[in-house]
Amino acid sequence: MPETVLQVDDLKTYFFTEAGVVRAVDGVSFSLAKGKPLGLVGESGSGKTVTALSVLGVVPRPGRIVSGRILFKGENLLEKTEDEMRGFRGKRIGYVSQDPNSSLDPLFTVGNQLSEVVTTHEKMSKEAAREKVVDLLRLVRIPEPETRMKAYPHELSGGMRQRIAIARALASEPDLLIADEPTTNLDVTIQAQVLELLRALERELDMSLILVTHDMGIIAEMAEEVVVLYAGRVAEVARTAELFSDPKHPYTAALLQAVPRVDRKRSLVPIGGNIPNLITPPSGCRFHPRCAYMIDRCVSEIPPLEAIGGGREVSCHRWKELDLKVST
Amino acid sequence: MPSPLLEVRDLMKYFPVYERGILIKKKVGDVHAVDGVSFDVAKGETTGLVGESGCGKTTAGKAILDLIPKDSGQVLFEGKDVHETLEHGSNEDRKAMRRGMQMVFQNPYGSLDPRMTVFDIISEAFIIHRHVAKSEWKERVYSLLKLVGLEEYHAERYPHEFSGGQRQRISIARALATEPKFIVADEPVSSLDVSVRAQILTLLQSLQQQETISFLYISHDLSSVRQISQHVIVMYLGKIMEYADVDRIFEHPLNPYTVALLSAVPVPDPERKIKKILLAGDVPSPINPPSGCRFNPRCPYATDICKQTEPPLRQLESGHLVACHHAEKLM
Repeated sequence: MPETVLQVDDLKTYFFTEAGVVRAVDGVSFSLAKGKPLGLVGESGSGKTVTALSVLGVVPRPGRIVSGRILFKGENLLEKTEDEMRGFRGKRIGYVSQDPNSSLDPLFTVGNQLSEVVTTHEKMSKEAAREKVVDLLRLVRIPEPETRMKAYPHELSGGMRQRIAIARALASEPDLLIADEPTTNLDVTIQAQVLELLRALERELDMSLILVTHDMGIIAEMAEEVVVLYAGRVAEVARTAELFSDPKHPYTAALLQAVPRVDRKRSLVPIGGNIPNLITPPSGCRFHPRCAYMIDRCVSEIPPLEAIGGGREVSCHRWKELDLKVST
Repeated sequence: MPSPLLEVRDLMKYFPVYERGILIKKKVGDVHAVDGVSFDVAKGETTGLVGESGCGKTTAGKAILDLIPKDSGQVLFEGKDVHETLEHGSNEDRKAMRRGMQMVFQNPYGSLDPRMTVFDIISEAFIIHRHVAKSEWKERVYSLLKLVGLEEYHAERYPHEFSGGQRQRISIARALATEPKFIVADEPVSSLDVSVRAQILTLLQSLQQQETISFLYISHDLSSVRQISQHVIVMYLGKIMEYADVDRIFEHPLNPYTVALLSAVPVPDPERKIKKILLAGDVPSPINPPSGCRFNPRCPYATDICKQTEPPLRQLESGHLVACHHAEKLM
């Protein structure tokens, strides 16, 4: 049994806005085993980013973690003080955001920013910090690290900036790296480079990886385990291969049937309707207004997240009777 | 063979680049956004235009509609020169030209006037082109809304009351209001969520088939291009790298760039393991594009000739055009 790096239990993170309480994450549970890259997949408003930010303890106002447990190597992060959290966030848990432009300071050189991170986590001389920075840049495959150190973020391409952001997240040799849509703003050939880099680093550094994305293609390539989120709740948890070949939740199946593929033309079946508003989410199962298999029970009763064997979990009243096949 | 609906001949669009001095602005070069692009779009067909950012696909789309002035080249719509007609044609000819060609923009948040109701947005075309009698406006707006999958009551609402996918439907309804023959759709689904994307793609598909509208579908997303196009153009740094019908270009690409681009796209199928061709480096700056073949610094097949001579776009098989010196090696 591999070690559990992160365990999230019944996490609820709400945003208390003037318009009402937005239940962005409403009872999300999952766990991450060592050496098994985990994909958090969902559309906008599914709560995937808020889940990631909750783990890091940086939920922006007016958001707040209302209840739940986040166990990182057995320690409940929600019981830590802000001071104690600083020993986890950025140090043992690294974070790479979607937009490298906003996460890098335009006024400082790349070398400056990285050495700041290096010296924050560990006392060392200027010389040693410089060397560490060069090593980090080399680690993320940046050519000519000595010259690149002197560059400002705007002088670098998007792919290069994302590599710098990854280097910074790795500076303190974290046990867990959370990458939130790390390639969304990048071109497809650059995306392939960054994904390959993440895959290699995960192996080389013996680090756990959570990849937050909306792209089923990236999930198929990168993740071993997948958590499918919909409207702030977990729809399904499965190993990647099984999720794609035998989805148990109607949302997963519909999502798989709705994405075009580059390797063949297929019959696309769109999911009708829109993503629900989370101030007044649909009653019962949140997917019911868009679900083809909806019955009365789905409207009145919230389906629990059930373990169905083989490490799989699904929250659907009808998973046993439904035979969901995704046609190619 | 019937003449194509749209003919693009050697289209060029450069953007000057200035360096700001203390007193004077000095021109230091040009961005070669679109650099000699030629292709046809047949009646009732969707042609996909794909490429990475900075390859000139959006600029090409705008220059074709004469929304931005081109530097040289010619665009013919139903045999008539677009620019000539819009500049010097009679009032009627100009309006007829604009009526026939429409555009759907990438960002459904920026392309709809927030102070107009959906009814006003769609019926504006009737005011300008006067092709619908006022007594029929309501009916026509309702039928357009129905066509794009919206409801009648949506007509009285404002854009902010809609989700991104619904807004994109409104943009499409607005484009359809003039009864166009040709629509440039510039990344119409890239800002939408996955589940909503398929709705818009199937809508475009049905419009192309049922209303026989031709589309130029501009996108960086190869999967969606494969889904809805009949022909595909691959662009790189302002040049066409390859042109063929959709199955041929996706099954037997002959340009190393196309091959690499296709292999880089993640496929939602964990069982499929193919060796990725990882391209080194980034897309070079279009201000000083590499000499010879523009792809040569990143190309695994590059030889000396690629650095010196620009490969012409040549026909290798019927209907399959490739700009590569070494395309035969991939056959």
